[in-house]
Amino acid sequence: MSITPSSQPSQSWWRRNQQALTPWLFLAPGMFMFAVYVVWPIGESFRISFYDWDGLGAKEYIGTANYTELWGDRNFVTSLKNNVIWLVLYMLAVPAGLMIALFLNQTVFGIRLYKSLFFFPFVISQVVVGLMFTWFYAPNFGLLYKLTEWLTGSGIAILADPDLVTYGVIAAGLWPQIAYCMILYLTGLNNVSADQIEAARLDGAKGIRMLWYVILPQLRPATFIAVVVTVIGALRSFDLISIMTNGGPFGSSRVLSYYMYEQALSEYGYRMGYGAAIAVVLFAIMMVFISGFIWKMVRDEKGGY
Amino acid sequence: MLHLKKTAGLALTVALLAGTSAMAQQRTLVFNTDTSDPAPRAAFDQLIADFEAEYPDIDVVVNMFDHEGYKTAIRNFLTADSPDLANWYAGNRMAPFVNAGQFMDVSDVWADAGLNESLASARASMTIDDKQWGVPYTYYQWGIYYNRDAYAAVGAEVPTTWDQFIANCALFKAADIDCLTTGTSALWPGAGIFDYMNLRTNGYEFHMALTAGEVEWTDERVRNTFAEWAKLVAPGYMTANHAAIDWQDAATLLVQGKAANYVMGNFAVATFMDGGMTEENLGFMPFPEITPGVPRAEDAPTDTVHIPAGAQNVDDAKLFLAFLGRADVQTKLNAALGQLPVNNQSEVGTDPYLTAGFDMLSNAYALAQFFDRDAPAEMAKIGMEGFQEFMVRPENLEDILQRLEAARQRIYN
Repeated sequence: MSITPSSQPSQSWWRRNQQALTPWLFLAPGMFMFAVYVVWPIGESFRISFYDWDGLGAKEYIGTANYTELWGDRNFVTSLKNNVIWLVLYMLAVPAGLMIALFLNQTVFGIRLYKSLFFFPFVISQVVVGLMFTWFYAPNFGLLYKLTEWLTGSGIAILADPDLVTYGVIAAGLWPQIAYCMILYLTGLNNVSADQIEAARLDGAKGIRMLWYVILPQLRPATFIAVVVTVIGALRSFDLISIMTNGGPFGSSRVLSYYMYEQALSEYGYRMGYGAAIAVVLFAIMMVFISGFIWKMVRDEKGGY
Repeated sequence: MLHLKKTAGLALTVALLAGTSAMAQQRTLVFNTDTSDPAPRAAFDQLIADFEAEYPDIDVVVNMFDHEGYKTAIRNFLTADSPDLANWYAGNRMAPFVNAGQFMDVSDVWADAGLNESLASARASMTIDDKQWGVPYTYYQWGIYYNRDAYAAVGAEVPTTWDQFIANCALFKAADIDCLTTGTSALWPGAGIFDYMNLRTNGYEFHMALTAGEVEWTDERVRNTFAEWAKLVAPGYMTANHAAIDWQDAATLLVQGKAANYVMGNFAVATFMDGGMTEENLGFMPFPEITPGVPRAEDAPTDTVHIPAGAQNVDDAKLFLAFLGRADVQTKLNAALGQLPVNNQSEVGTDPYLTAGFDMLSNAYALAQFFDRDAPAEMAKIGMEGFQEFMVRPENLEDILQRLEAARQRIYN
C-alpha cells in the first residue's frame, strides 16, 4: 500500500512518455557526435575569428578587424572569384555525366566493362588524379605541353600561367566528378518506367523531345543529388589545388578553403583568427546552398509522392 | 566488492605507470627530429650512437618526423607532449617559439662549453634578448652552380661581375639555353635569388634592416634591386614556366645543359650528381658583384637543436647540446651530412664544393640565414609570392611593392 503510490507514478511516467522519448534516445549518440564534432567547432570558428592568435601565444580580442581586413585583401577576392569559377564550371559535370550515362545505358557485349572504365576516375584518390594531371600539364615533358608545342611551336604550361591555372585544376576535378554524376544517372535510368517510354513512343515522341519531356522528369531525384554533390564538391575543392599548385602561381589558383588552410595551418601561416574568419565566410556561402537544398527536400516531402 | 576490486586494480595500474615513468624520466632523452631524408637520417643515427657510447646510462629515444610535416607538427608537440630535444632553425624562424616561451634559454651551455668562442659565427643568429636559445650544428652555403659544358658550348667565361654575367646571358639566349634557371613551385627558390640580388645591390645591413621590417619596400634602394633583377627577367634569360617547376626539375635542366646557372644551396649538389654531373662539368661560384664596393655577404642557413620549455630531462638534454657543439662531433656529423660544421675548430671534408663553400663563407663579410628565416613567416610568404610574380610579370612591380609595403606595416607593428 505504501510502496505502490511512490513507484507507480515513475513507472507510469516512463510508460506515458515511452513513445515520445525512444526516438530521442536512439538519436542521442548521433546528436552528441554532431554537437561535439560539428556544432561546437563551428561555434569555436566564429569565436576565434574575432581574435588575433598565432596558435601558441595569448589570444587578443580585435573585434571584427579580421573581417575588415578580408574585405580589402586581394588574395581573398581572388579566392572568392575562383570559388565562383569552380561552382559554375563544375556544374558541367551534371550534363556531361548524363550524356555518358545515356550513352552507356544499353545492352551490348561487355557494357559492364565500359561502365567500370568510365567510373574508374571516381574510384582513384583525388591525390592520384592531381598528380596525373600535373604530369599531363608539366612544362618541358608533359603530354599537353608537348602537344601544344608540336601544334603551335611554343608549349603552354597551364599550371605556370596565372590566367589559365584555375581552369586547368577544374578540368582535373571534372574528370572524377563526371564519373560520379554518370553513376548517379545510371542508377536513375534503371528506374525509368518502360511503360511511359512505350506510351510516349506510341504518341510519336523521340530524340530530344523524348529526353526532355519523358526521361528527364523521371530522373529528377538523380539530378537533384548530382547537383548537390557537385556544388558541395566545388566548394570544398582543396586536395587538387594542394597537390597541383599549392595555390600558385602567386596565389592565382587559391580557393577559400585553401586560403583558409594557408592562413591558419600552413608553414608560413598560423593566423588562426584570420583563417577562422575565412572559414566563417565559406560556411556562410555553403549555408546558402545547404538551406536551399534542405528547403527543397522538406517541400518535396510535404508535397508527398 | 567488485567495485572495490576495480578501484584497487586501477590504483595498482596508476602506481605501476607512475613508477615506470619516474624511472624512465631518470635517464631517457626524447629527441624529436625532422632528419627523415636518407643522408641526414644516417648521420643522426651515428651521432646518437656516439652520444650513447659516451654516456652509457642515457637512452636517447628518437621520434622521426617527415621533414615537411615536422614544420607543423612541432607546434603541436611543443605545447601538448614536449620532448627533451627538438630540431629547428636559427634566426627569425625560432622567434615565435622563443617569444611564446616554448624554447629554453641555454646560455649556460654556451658559457660552460665555450661555445661562445667556438660557434661565434652563428652566435648572432641564435641570440634573442641577449640569450642563446639552442645549439647550431650545421650550415651550408648558397651560391651559383653552373654547367661548365654549357659555358664551353657558347664560349662564355665564368663571370666575376654582374655585367659579365648579363653579357653571358645574351650568349646563352642565342644558343637557346636558359641563363639562370629556377623552379619556384614551392616559392622558396625564388627567395634565394632575391636575397643575392639585394645583398649584392645594397649590402648586408640593408638586407637585414629590410627583413627586420625597418625599411619600406617602396624604398628607392629596393627598386634598385629589382631594376638589376629585371635585367634577367625582362629579356627572358630565366627559365620560362618556372612557377610550375619544382627545384629538382630545374636541376634536371642544368644537368641536361638546357640551363647554365642555378642559384641554389649546397644540398642540390647530390641532385646534380645523381643526374649524372661530375666534378668535371659542375662548377660553383659565389654570386657575382653587382654594386662595386659592397662587402660580400652570403646566405648560409643554419640548422639547430633546442630544448623545449616542457622538457622532462633538462640536465641530460644540456649534456647533449654541449656534446653537439663539440668540434670533433661536428666534424663527424657534417662529414656524414655533406655540409659545413659551425664549430670553427672542426675540419671540413675534402668535397670540392664544401671546401669552396667553406672558403667563401670564412671570408664573407657577414652571413644571412635565408629570406624565410630572416623575415617573419607571414612576411616571408607574401614576399616570396611577390618575387615569383615579379619573375612572371615584371610589369607588375609597382603593384607588388605596394602590397609588400602594406604587409610590412601590418606585420611588424
